[in-house]
Parts: sequence; structure tokens; C-alpha cells
Amino acid sequence: MKKIPCRKSFTETLLDLAKKDEKIIALASDSRGSVTLNEYADTLPDQFVECGIAEQNEVGIAAGLAEMGFKPFVCAPACFLSTRSLEQVKVDVAYSNTNVKIIGISGGVSYGALGMSHHSLQDIAVMRAIPGITILLPADEYQTREMTKELANFDGPVYVRMGRGAVDNVYSDDFAPFEIGRANVLTQGNDIAIVATGETVPQAFNASKILSKEGINARVLDFHTIKPFDKEAILKAADECGAILTVEEHSKFGGLGEAVAHLLIENNPVPMKIIGFADEALVSGNSSELFEYYGLDSHSIACAAKELLRK
Amino acid sequence: MNTIKELEIKAVEIRKIMLQMIHDAGAGHTGGSLSSVDILVSLFYNKMKHDANNPNWDERDRFLLSKGHSVEGYYSVLADSGYFPKEDLSTFSKFKSELIGHPNKNVPGVEMNTGSLGHGLPIGVGMALGAKKLGNPCTIYVLMGDGELAEGSIWEAAMAASNYKLDNLIAIIDRNGLQISGCTEDVMSLENLKEKWAAFGWDTVEVDGNNMQSLIEGLDIAKKRKGKPQMIIAKTIKGKGVSFMENVPTWHHGVPSKEELEQALKELDNSLKELM
Repeated sequence: MKKIPCRKSFTETLLDLAKKDEKIIALASDSRGSVTLNEYADTLPDQFVECGIAEQNEVGIAAGLAEMGFKPFVCAPACFLSTRSLEQVKVDVAYSNTNVKIIGISGGVSYGALGMSHHSLQDIAVMRAIPGITILLPADEYQTREMTKELANFDGPVYVRMGRGAVDNVYSDDFAPFEIGRANVLTQGNDIAIVATGETVPQAFNASKILSKEGINARVLDFHTIKPFDKEAILKAADECGAILTVEEHSKFGGLGEAVAHLLIENNPVPMKIIGFADEALVSGNSSELFEYYGLDSHSIACAAKELLRK
Repeated sequence: MNTIKELEIKAVEIRKIMLQMIHDAGAGHTGGSLSSVDILVSLFYNKMKHDANNPNWDERDRFLLSKGHSVEGYYSVLADSGYFPKEDLSTFSKFKSELIGHPNKNVPGVEMNTGSLGHGLPIGVGMALGAKKLGNPCTIYVLMGDGELAEGSIWEAAMAASNYKLDNLIAIIDRNGLQISGCTEDVMSLENLKEKWAAFGWDTVEVDGNNMQSLIEGLDIAKKRKGKPQMIIAKTIKGKGVSFMENVPTWHHGVPSKEELEQALKELDNSLKELM
């Protein structure tokens, strides 16, 4: 079966849901094409709001719609939503506790060679530090579908980040568990835990296959929810595996890795390593080239796991 | 409340409540709150459909204080209208009070948390758009400061409001001409303001924002016009109502001392006597 990007899985699911729930509204910032909202906008024009290239206004309008009882989904590239409209996210959405879903598409380094302006490698860090907002990064198209269904009935501010291209699926049509705040254990193993989020989950999953050929049984945890943070899953992994490797398509600063480190240092400081992007304007390249160069691909993850185990 | 005189008296009473509150708290934005009191009174005691006993009434008119720092007048009006006990005003800015120094939704009657400038109009656009979609007959009022108009998000919302022909959106600018660093025209010139809004597709009307008759007439005109969002440019005097506070930029967030408060209350009592 042909794989589809998470953003496409999101818009297809949202269209199905919106046909049955007229309170669902999608907003775009001249981004209906990049989000893959064309079919949605054509099918449900009354449940679609074009805001033009104005992401601050887009988030503010969504907050106003939410206060009138709608369920707005603000859709735009993650790089713009998480920086340009950050104050609206902080004040109009999180602080005002409005029922707005901020949907950042083409996140991380999806836009690859377009450069740092188009990368969103700070979004987890900034969203984590804002009280009152749930942060989700689905791993593949199936989980995105389940997440979208859950969001339609979830009351409160949420930030979602997904990528642009199709990724290897770790879930299937009939198995894609998704419960906000509860990490999924993808592989059982007690030698090391690999904790990944979003579209690095397939890389971590593939890394565990490489490791298993060498007799290392890794426990892969899919942290689709960054906030609220599943402390229990991390502490259990630290206790049972004794070493934790984190992987995220994000700056090494302020993301999943630091959240795990914070928890471990106060509870059970087992050896750990954070895999993420270096604190620099990245070199030019497409997303898979950047994953390899900065060590986020499955082979690099497997190597990092072995190195951590040697310590 | 229907007569102009009644509204004028109410505006003086609100000024008294508000100044006492700022003095008690030892903090507040005095100048801009005084300039906008008449606007608030014209809305809450005359033009707006609202019910303090039913703050979440579906068809209530919505009010957004985009210039959130003028919250003292807003809280005073809400308490006086019966949204919460007037005694609570003495907790303004105090430890663990809900009456935070910018509008807080946890206070009955407050629609949104504001404080960062340039946020009210985009939210108002969303509310007005939502009301149209629902067939809800409410009107959305947004009060902005003039210094605030330098925020780019306001002009994003200005475009969107006319694009969606939101004639159920009435924005008001408290045009007192001063901001924290001095005159608006010296800090970042705004004129010609009327033409700017007209160019963005809005109907405009200019009123004397410290004159109740003029305000009511302006609001009536805005309410009747159809097809475009409505902008009321309300020319006001920062610090209005207290002689030594009028047009003095440092009263933007100046707090009256005990003597200054007594002097101010005396002047306001004299204004009341003249009205009665």
C-alpha cells in the first residue's frame, strides 16, 4: 500500500470528521496546498477560513472562533506558527485556554534545503515552557489518523507537529494506539531504551532492528505526547533498561531529551544521550541528508546506542 | 440607562471608583483608563446587550479590551454593573487576586485574557466571523489604544475584517494622542488615521470620545451601517476628568498619592454637583 504523509492523513481524517461536525473549522494562511487542505476547502467552504499570509491573525481569529463555540484547527507550516505567532499561541490560546488546535505541518527539517527560516527546531522547547498547552508529534500516518479523531473531541489548547514527506509506518491500519499523555512501547527490550518522538520514531524503530541483529534488545518508546509528559514510562525504562537514548527532530536544547534528562536527574540518573540537531544554522540538504549528517538516521541511532552501552 | 445625563454621571462615578482602586493597589494605568471611561460607560450602560446575571448568555454583545492596560476602568464598570462584588476591587493587583493588572477571563464579564497589544482585533474578527456563521445577532466591540496601532497584527486583522465584510464588528480607537514615551505623532505617526482605515475597507466615524452625546451618536451610526466593519475614532484626552492628570504622559501609569487622590476626588465631586 502506498504510504501517505502525516499531513495528508490529518486532512483526510479532518474532512471526514468535519462532515459530521459542523463546529470543526480549518484555518489556513495561504497554506491550503502545502497542508493538503484543497479537498477540504472545496468540500466544506463554510468550515474553512482563509487568513492570507498572516499567521498571527490566523491564530487570533481561531481563538475568537473558539470562543463562539467552534473547534478551530489552525493549519500552517510549523516554522511560522511556532515563532511568528508564538505570542498569540501563548496569550490567545494557552493563557486564555481557548479550544484551538495549532497544527504545524512540514515541521522539523522537512523543508530541508530551504534553510533555517523554514526549519522548526525550537517548537517543542518554546511550547513546553508555556503552561496549559498539550504537545503532540505523531509518528506515522496511522497514528496521525487516530490522533486527529481524538483531537476533535479534546477540549483545550494543543500544538501538533508533523512532517512533510511520507515516513515508514510503524503502525498499521488496524493497530495504531493513541492516548494523549501515554507513551507507546513499540519493542520490548531491557538492554537500552530508545525514546523517540514524531517522525524520528520510525528511525528509532529501524535502529532497534539493527541492534537486535547484534544481540542488543532495545526498548523503543514512542513519545507522541511531549506534554503532559509520561513520567512513568521513562522511570520504568530507566529502572529496567539502565540507559536511555533520546531522539528528536529538534534542537538538542529544550526538547524531548532535556525533558527526559530533567526527570532522570531528579529521580534515577542512569546514563543517557540526547540525539537532536546541533545548535547551528544547518548545512544545506534534504531532510534525509540532514538526518544522516546530524546523526538522526537509524544507523547513527544504532551506533549511538552501542556507544552509550559501552560507557 | 438611557439619558445622556445619567451616563455622564455614571462616568464620573466610575472615575472615582477607579482612582481609589489604583491608589489602593499602588499600581495601575491611570491616564489611558481615564481617557476611555466614557467609551466604556456608553457601551456597558447603554449600547451593549449584556446581562451580569447571565454572563455567558449566547447572544450577548462581546467586548474585548485590546488595550488591556486600561483594565482599571473595565473592572470598575464590570463590578458596578453587577458582574462581581464592588468590594473585590480593593484586591486589584494584590497577592493571589483574580483582578490581575490586565484583563483576566476568570473575572466574570471578561471575555478574553489580553495585555499584549495588537491581539484584540484578530480575536474580534474571529468572534464576528463565528457569529455570522452561527446567525448569532450579537455585535463584537473591540477597544484599542492609539499607540497600539503600530502593531502589525492589527492591520492583518483590518484586512481580514473587510475581506469578510464583518459589519457586526465595531472597533473603537481611544485616540488620546499620547503613549508612554510621548505624543503618538512623535513616537510613530498614525495620521491620517481615518484615511488609513478607509483604505483598508472600513467605514469610519470620528467622535469626541469624552462627550457622551457624540459617542452615542457615533455608535448609533456604526450600528446602522451595513456591509463593512466599523471604526470609531474617539478623540479623547488622556487623564480626562482630573485637571492635573490631563494630557500629561507620565500619568500613563502614574499612581496618585493620598493627597493627589483627595484632590482628584474633590474635582470629580465638583463635576458631579455640576451635573446634578
